[in-house]
This record gives sequence, C-alpha cells and structure tokens, in this order.
Amino acid sequence: MRQFSYEKASDPGAAAARAAEVQGAKFIAGGTNLLDLMKLEIETPVHLIDVNGLGLDTISETEDGGLRIGTLVTNTVLSADARIRRDYPVLTRAIAAGASGQLRNKATTGGNLLQRTRCPYFYDTAMPCNKRAPGTGCGALTEGAFSRQLGVIGTSEACIATHPSDMAVAMRVLDAVIETVTPTGMTRQIPLEEFHQLPGDTPDQETALLPGELITHVTLPAPVGGRQSYHKVRDRASYAFALVSVALIRQADGTGRIALGGVAPKPWRRTEADAELPNGARAVIARLLDGATPTEENAFKITLAERTLAAMLKEA
Amino acid sequence: MQFNEPAGETLFDNAKIVGKAHTRIDGPLKVTGQAPYAYERYDVVEGQLYGYPLGATISHGTVTAMDTAAALAAPGVRTIVTTLDVEPLALGMLNVARLFGGADVMHYHQAIAVVIAETFEQARAAASLIEVSYEQGDPADYDLDAAFERLQGSGEPDTLYGDVDAAFRDAAAVTDQMYHTPGESHQMMEPFASIVDWSDGGQLTGWISNQMINWTRGSLATTLGIDKERIRIESPYVGGGFGGKLWLRADTVLAALGSRAVGAPVKVALPRPMMMNNTTHRSATVQRIRLAANADGTLKGIWHENVSYGLPGGRGENATAQTPYFYASETMRVKNHMAEMPLPETADMRAPGEAAGLMALEIAMDEMAEALEMDPVRFRIVNDSQVNPSNPDQPYSDRNFVQCLERGAEAFGWDASRPAPGSRRDGDWLIGQGVAGAFRGALVQPSGARAAIENGKLVIETDMTDIGTGSYTILAQTAAETMGLGMEDVDVRLGNSAYPVSSGSGGQFGAVSSTSGVYAACMALRERIASDLGLDAPAFARGRILAGDVDRPLLDMTVEAVESIEWGDFMKQYQKATFGAHFVEVGVNAYTGETRVRRMLACCDAGRILNPVTARSQVIGGMVMGVGAALSEEMALDTGRGMFVNHDLAGYEVAVHADIPEQEVIFLDTLDPIASPLKAKGVGELGLCGVAAAIANAMYNATGIRLRSYPLTLDKMLDQLSDV
Amino acid sequence: MSPAINFELRRRTFIAGTAVAAVTVGMSRKAAAQTAAPVGAESTTVFLTVNGEGRELTVDNRTTLLDALREHLQLTGTKKGCDHGQCGACTCTVNGTRVNSCLSLAVMHDGDEVETIEGIGAPDAMDPMQTAFVENDGFQCGYCTPGQIQSARAVLDEIRAGIPSHVTDDLTAEITITDAEIRERMSGNICRCGAYANILAAITQVAEDQA
Repeated sequence: MRQFSYEKASDPGAAAARAAEVQGAKFIAGGTNLLDLMKLEIETPVHLIDVNGLGLDTISETEDGGLRIGTLVTNTVLSADARIRRDYPVLTRAIAAGASGQLRNKATTGGNLLQRTRCPYFYDTAMPCNKRAPGTGCGALTEGAFSRQLGVIGTSEACIATHPSDMAVAMRVLDAVIETVTPTGMTRQIPLEEFHQLPGDTPDQETALLPGELITHVTLPAPVGGRQSYHKVRDRASYAFALVSVALIRQADGTGRIALGGVAPKPWRRTEADAELPNGARAVIARLLDGATPTEENAFKITLAERTLAAMLKEA
Repeated sequence: MQFNEPAGETLFDNAKIVGKAHTRIDGPLKVTGQAPYAYERYDVVEGQLYGYPLGATISHGTVTAMDTAAALAAPGVRTIVTTLDVEPLALGMLNVARLFGGADVMHYHQAIAVVIAETFEQARAAASLIEVSYEQGDPADYDLDAAFERLQGSGEPDTLYGDVDAAFRDAAAVTDQMYHTPGESHQMMEPFASIVDWSDGGQLTGWISNQMINWTRGSLATTLGIDKERIRIESPYVGGGFGGKLWLRADTVLAALGSRAVGAPVKVALPRPMMMNNTTHRSATVQRIRLAANADGTLKGIWHENVSYGLPGGRGENATAQTPYFYASETMRVKNHMAEMPLPETADMRAPGEAAGLMALEIAMDEMAEALEMDPVRFRIVNDSQVNPSNPDQPYSDRNFVQCLERGAEAFGWDASRPAPGSRRDGDWLIGQGVAGAFRGALVQPSGARAAIENGKLVIETDMTDIGTGSYTILAQTAAETMGLGMEDVDVRLGNSAYPVSSGSGGQFGAVSSTSGVYAACMALRERIASDLGLDAPAFARGRILAGDVDRPLLDMTVEAVESIEWGDFMKQYQKATFGAHFVEVGVNAYTGETRVRRMLACCDAGRILNPVTARSQVIGGMVMGVGAALSEEMALDTGRGMFVNHDLAGYEVAVHADIPEQEVIFLDTLDPIASPLKAKGVGELGLCGVAAAIANAMYNATGIRLRSYPLTLDKMLDQLSDV
Repeated sequence: MSPAINFELRRRTFIAGTAVAAVTVGMSRKAAAQTAAPVGAESTTVFLTVNGEGRELTVDNRTTLLDALREHLQLTGTKKGCDHGQCGACTCTVNGTRVNSCLSLAVMHDGDEVETIEGIGAPDAMDPMQTAFVENDGFQCGYCTPGQIQSARAVLDEIRAGIPSHVTDDLTAEITITDAEIRERMSGNICRCGAYANILAAITQVAEDQA
C-alpha cells in the first residue's frame, strides 16, 4: 500500500471539489473493497477523502412514493429497513445474499455500486489486465487461462470481467437512479442502467462518474409490487460470489422484469427480455443473452441462467 | 521404552482419565485470545523488525536482475535481502523446491526478496518497489491427462500379483473409468509465520508456526549451513497445519536471513495471496481404476494407475496408497507415476495419498456395486480382508471395517434396497444417499518426553506440537492416568526444541506416538521414584505413592525422568491401519445442480479413543474438509502460465458454516494391542478419507449422473440434468 | 439440455513466445508512483476506546484497525488470517457492530469504541460464549476462534434486532433463532479445522440460556 494523506470531508460538494483538485485522490467510505485493493496496489490513491461524516446515511421517502437512500447507508441497514423489506424485497434478498454479515455492516450503498471486479487476473498485479493496467492485454483470454467465473455477455476482446455486486442487480430491476454531486457543486441523476459502462476498448473506465464526482444517494422509484425474488447460484452455500444470480419481479399477469448478475460487466437487463417473461425462461434467456460470447469454461452460465429462472418462474 | 510385544493388560484398561471426555486444557487461553501464535511473540525478544516477502512472477526461469534502489530509499527500510545476494540455499528434509538463494526460479511466487523495515506498512510498500527482470524458462507442458496417456503401462508395477489379464477377461462384471482430483491447498487459518532472532550470527532462535520441531530444526541447520545445536525453535501454538507446516518454509528462512543482515530480530508472515503458490500443496491426480468382480461380488481384479505432478525429485500425490491394502482381490496391479512439471511443490496434505486415492477408488466401488446390482455396503463387506491382500502372510493387527459399515449403516438408516437414482425428491431438491469406505495407515514414530515432579506439579515437556489436534489435553490425560494424578496436577509444555524430540504432528501418527512417549517417560519416572524411595513396585493413585506401609504424597517430591518410546520390529509382522465408513445424504437442486450436504455420519475404527471430545472434533473437521474437496476446492491452474490463479480465500472456496449439516460420529469400542502401549491409533486423517466419494455417490443416487472429476460442481452436470 | 441460444466461443490468444523474452516487473508501477504524491501528513493521531480503556495512538495512515490492535496495542487476540476480508478471523466489534478489522483504517476510527476478544473475558472469567465454545469444543487450532466468538455474540444480537439474512423465510415476520439462521450468519468466519458443528452447538447453548 502506497503512502497517502487523509482528510475527513464534511460537505459533499466540497469533497467532490477536493477530489477533483488533488491528483490521485479517492473517496473512502466502508473501505471493504478499496482497502483490499490498496493492499495489493491495484488501487494506489495518494490521498483519501473520508466521506463517512457527510451525513448521507438515512433513508427518506420521496414525493412520488419512492425511497431516497443515502450513499452511506450500510448494506445491513438497507437490507433491514422495514420499507425496503415490505416494498422492495428483491433488494433485501440480494443484499443478504452477498458477502458476509460483518462485511455488510461496513459496506455502503454507494461503495457497493463502485465495487470492482473479482477477476483473478485483475487481482494479481503480475498478470496482464486491461482494466488494471490498460494495454497489457486480458490475462483471462489467453490459451489455458482460468475463466470459469467470468463474463459471458457485454464483454469484449479487452476484458471479460464481471461486476460482482448482488445489490446492484436488484437495484437494476427496480430502476434505481443514482444521484451525485460534481466538483462544481452541480447535482445530477444517472439511471443505474447508464451508470456502469461496458468495457469495449477501455475496460478501465467502469462508470459514468466524472473525476471527483461523488455519489450522494440512490433513489428507488415508487414500489412496483409483484412477487419479488433473488436467486443466487454459487458453489458453496454462502460467502461466495455468484456464478449466476437472477433478480426477478413478476406481476400477477405474468409480466415483469429480470436482471442477471455474475454474467456481465454490469447488472444485465434488457427490456425486450422482460417482455418475454410470459413466454417462459427459455424465451427470456434467449433474448437476454443473445449475442453472448462465453469461453468454453463459462458457457454453462447460459444454461444455468435459464434453469435458475425456470425454478423461479415455477414459484412466482 | 521398547514396544516389543503386543500390549497386555495395562493401567489404561481400567482408566479413569484416558478415554474419557475432557475439554481442551488449552481452551480457555484460545477462546480469550491469550494463546500466543508465532507472529505475536512480543514477549520473547525486544526490537523486532518487520520483513515482507516478494515472490517471483514467472513459473520457471531465471532472475536476471533486481533493482532495489527505490525500495531501499523508501521510508523506514533497513535492508533488503534478495535471492541474488545469497548462494542457492541447500534443500531441507524431503523438500525439492529451493526456498531462497540464486537466480533460478522453480515456481510462481517463489521467494526472491525480503524487505526489512521498521513497520509492516513500510516493508510491504517497499517490496512492491523492487524491480525484477526475468528470463522465462522454456514453455512447459502442464497437461496431466496427456502425461497419464504417456506414462500408462510404463515401469514396473508397484504391486502385481495374480493373472490380472485373465481376471478381467473372465469376470462377471468389469468397470473401467478415469477419475480426476484437483490440486488442493491446505489454507490453514494462521498464515506461515516466524519471528527469528539471528542478530549476531551465533545462536538462532525461531518462534515458528510449525508442526515438526525437530525436522524443521534440522532443515534450518542444513539450509543455513549452521550447526543444529545453535538453533532453538519454539512453536507452542499452531493455527492449523494439515501437513503444510511439516516443513521449513520461506517465512522462516527470510526472517533468519533478514535478522542476520540487519542485526535484529525479524518477523515475517506470508501474505495470504502468496501462500498457495509459494508453499506446498496436494497435487492433482489422474487415475484409471479397473475393477473385475465375480457374480458373488468378490473382487477378481483391481487395476489402479495414477499420475500426479511434482518438481524433479518430488513425490507428487500417490493416490494408489491404499489400494494394495484395502480390499481383498484375487489379482491386483497397482502403479503410481509422477510427471515432472515446473509448478509449486507438491507434498503432504492431510492423508496424503489416501485422500485423493479414495476420492476415486470409492466411486469405483460404488460403480461396481451398481454393476453387480448389490448394496454398496454389502459389496464392501464381501471384499473385506483380515490380511494384507497383497501379502496374505501379513495379518491386520486389528481391523473392524465390516463393523464400521454395519454400525454406520444402522445408525444412518441406510436403505440397503437402494432406491433408484433420481427417485427421491424434496421440493426442488433431488435426494440421494451415498457410502464410502475409509482407510488410512496407522503409522508411528519414536517419541520422547521429560516427566518431572517440580513445585507441586507434574510437568511434561516434549517438542510435540498441538496444531488443533488436542495434544495438550491427551498428553495431560496420559500423564495424569499413569501417575495417578488429576488433570489439574499436570502442566504440559509443548513445541520447544529444548524439550525431548517427539514424533511431531503429521501422518496421523502424532497422538499415538506422543502419548506413548509420555507414557514411557512417566513409567520411567515411576521407576525412578521407586528406586529413590527404595520401594518395590509402588502404586500411584489419588496423588499418592503407595507401597506396604508407605503412603506419601507424590507432588511433594522433586524428581525427573526422560524417556522415549521406540517401536519394535514385531510390529512389521502386521499391517496396521485405521478404518471407517462414511454415510452422506445430499440434495441436488433439480434446476441449478447446486449440491448441499444434508447430513453426514462417520463410523470409525481407530483403536482406543484417547479423548472422545478431541477425537470427534478431528473427525468432523476431516468431514468438513471432505465437503470442500467434494464440492468446491480446486487450485485453478493456468496452463499457459504455470501458476495457480485463484490464490486467495475468495478464489479458493473452502467449506463455510452454511455448507455443513448435522454430523454424527461413532467410534467403535476397539483396542489394538499391536498399535501402541495405549492400544490406540490415530484418527486425525481418517475423518477426511472417503468423504468426498461418499458425496459423489450420494449425488449419483440423487440424480443418476455419475461425476468422476472433482470438484463436483454444477457445471459438470447441468447438461445431464432433466429438462425443466 | 441445450442452451437457449446459439453462441460463439470467445477467441483466445496464445501467450507470446516466452523462452527468449525477458520480462520486467515493477517499472510500470514506479512510473505511476511518480505522477502523484500525498498532499498532507502521512500519519495521524487517533483516540480509540479499546475494551473500555482510552488509547491514543499515532499511526501511519495505512495502518488497519487490525494492525493497530495487534502491532501497536499488542492486543493479539484479534487474528490476521487473510488480511483481505475473506476469512473473518479479524472480526471485532466497533461501536457495537461486528466488522472485519483488516478492512478498516485505524485513522477512520478516531473516537470509536472497539471491543476485542480480550475485552470479552479472561481465562479465569470467561464470557458465557467463551465458556460455551470450550464446553462444546467449538475450535481446534484456535486461530479463527476469537473472530468466531465475536461473530457468535453479534449474530444473536442481529437476529434479535430483526436483521434479515439470506435464509430468512418471511421478511416481514419476526426472525427466530434456527440452525439455518446461525449457520448462514456465521458463514463469514471460516474455520479450516472444521469445528462448525461444535460452534453451532455452542451458540445454540448460549441462545437457549439467554432465552
């Protein structure tokens, strides 16, 4: 871990301005991913701006009947909130499926969205990785490389990493919107759909955030009802990243929404696939994963996604 | 003490303490955080500096240059020792990968430098500033399947008797399958860690997390080229080993060289992401097993051929280890091969040989039972042998495998009529049950101890280690029993090279050997006391010495004895082993193929159980490791790069709480008078043997899908599960 | 079962000829290091209350809470198993909540109350959970044990506080203490010795005593 200076921020706009001003600065909140990466020198900030004192740790109701979640609300608090449990149960289910109790106690809402991939080639600084070290190649796409956990769709020749979040997959089916403050003090709203970027030729650019821009809130639109579920498939029963996860909202008439985790560089949703829900799992997955380019090792994820959805539809 | 004949009636046959449940005497220290592990020894020496290791980032080749200028200039850095600064260090006992020194790189993450700094943060930061140039070695072939094809049939068989070809030709049923087990990593919770003080180049003292004090002391002497007598090692608490800490490893060598270079004590722990490739592991195996059976279920032929990998001169993983001894067969051909590959060193991990071998053999047994339409429990019973099958003149000292199967089946509620695969269901879950046999050799090692009455306590000193195995407790029980004292009267001191050399902890020989050594020392103490007091065969009971009119308190004396147990040649007339049967029920999700174990039962035959609490913990712990081996553990090899990719605890998935269901353990009430004076054998590795195969067999029973390549992950069966 | 779509496998490349190519590692990092520098102090003085006792510490900003406890305060009961949030051995309690102390900076805990295993009980005055771990043999090597005990105590509190888990059936009903709830909530604490069943027994014993 490189040496860094440290300050506590007390105002969101000022924090954003400071982050833009200081070269190599980063925000820190829960720290559960950032510190992991700093120890390995995958992240090498020279200045940390601690945003825990910004007071963005409450959940309030919006005028249109939704919820506005402060970026510092921990995963535990968010998953346990009575309104979330009642009106957005897919979110509670997704959060509870991720990480461990003690990690969820520390991890924040904004930080969860900004989690970086768990690709093992990203995690070993001696390996080529276009995301960590642009231009070095993709370690996972060489002959003999290990790619079982990695992405099957939305990936590129430059990178096949997945986004590891469970929470974000649920937020994607809930059409969450991210609120930020920019270094110039402007606020803006970014639909989650547009927040995570596909890798293309620039897998190091992961989100729509501008330098210094700070997530302040995540807003959930008014509840959409329906039967909500989250099914995470993994090798061991807990404390593991998803092979495939499915967030599903299904209405009584058979329509609904679906997003996948564990398959793509972002929570994976296509509205045209949502439209296939009345037609069953196979039709949905055919649309949702059309154009997939898996490796031999992870092609099973396509079948797994279909079978997982089939199990969920049977119950819905 | 020579163990020259089978144990007759001994004081343990009427024991009040040995064999009884007793909680760990080291428990209160461990649950309060007061038990000091190697990296935590602030109490032992002042002025400790921090060492942080750097690992090579090529699979094999040469370090051509190292630039340490930037790292040396970094804040707090006191010195750096690079592999180019040091002549290639000699190899320690049974190790084949060089731990440090010279330009050659034999495997990924081999240690090539250590940075010594005032703080941990400074040392870690500076290590990443070292620039290293390499010349990568010639491309290597990491294809173990191809190696099997190449080696199959070559060399003299390790075991060959009878007309194997005729047996397979004339059999009523034949099976012939390939099996794969992956590389497995010990991943004990406490990282490899050492504090070494070699400040003045004279005496070297090491506080090391290590299973084998005397081996490691010897290896350290060899490696550093110094006299063993100049080395002292302490290892009173070890945070798990599983065979990974049998050896001298890089943390100790780097701490020693760093200490010498900087003239101060240095502490080094291997970072978790470096452990998998830097240290040893269980090799992957490719196995072919052919079985031939008569219509009555008796085996006509066993053919087992295995290949694993290793560095030149290494041992790999002999998955055939159990095969010549476990089941009766009219004919047998067994051959083990090792293919040389430039990968991290392969060496012992819990039940080396048997663990990987039974993962395959016990599936094969299930397949043959099915081919014969026999209950797999019955099939194993039919093929029991009371003699060494490959040397019928050698009887088993005590073998109750059939009882394990029968008692286990009854307790588990085994359905001998075997519901057809895929016929039981609980909601979305396909339910199946499986059985496997367990076999692990019962080894012993010479083991010594000092027993003394000092300051009102019975003090036991031995360099034996407690790696979670319960050594402190069972040695106290043995000593208390032998001396007629209570547990509270005994002070057990372990893991110090100043104490008599013991067996150490490994190969499931630790408990039996070290308790025998303590028994020997206590018996010598009794003789010494009798001689000092001029008594003829006094009794030792309730804390008193009793002989005729003499009745005096034992703990008032000051007296000591040092003695070892030595194992007589008569034992070689017998085959000695431990046995078990594992029963497992699993659920396989009919949609996703996820497998979850629903309940597990083990029935074990391991001679006298010295302490049912700690023995049971050893067995359930083995069963947990077996769940990981069956369902998730795999060292993912990048065959283009020759390194294990998933080198942390997020990538290498060991079983967690949620994976482990209700577990039941039954110990047969057996005694083996040929095994040791206590009629005991080890149990620490038996619990793992066969577990994974029992799970595989249960999965087959649940789904009708036979998986033969571990781990048994859902991707391997998804296309065979019924459409949904 | 055939996949729902036809797909092409992503093309893989061969690693370029390696025998003659020299590889240098470290250069690119050094280059990156020169582009930016800290803009303030690299160490900070913090005040922690640890096990009820006020402790002032000046730490390198990089020092984790775990290393502050182990290396500065010599409270080594909190263990370093992986240092990356992947094992749970470092679990301790901050302001009443269990966290992985390896993934938190000491500098971020100024003013916080930290409880470690040493603060829970001593060998001659054990907490009921510590006693239950001894009685049920809820450990073997002992290295993950302090973290297990910290989590065990917190898990019962978290269930009583109504925090749902992955295995909670009904998100709107009161959560009951079941084997499945305990196992799931303890899953962030790995025990390679495999004492899970005994740990469950210990926690259940304490839960029943408290009921």
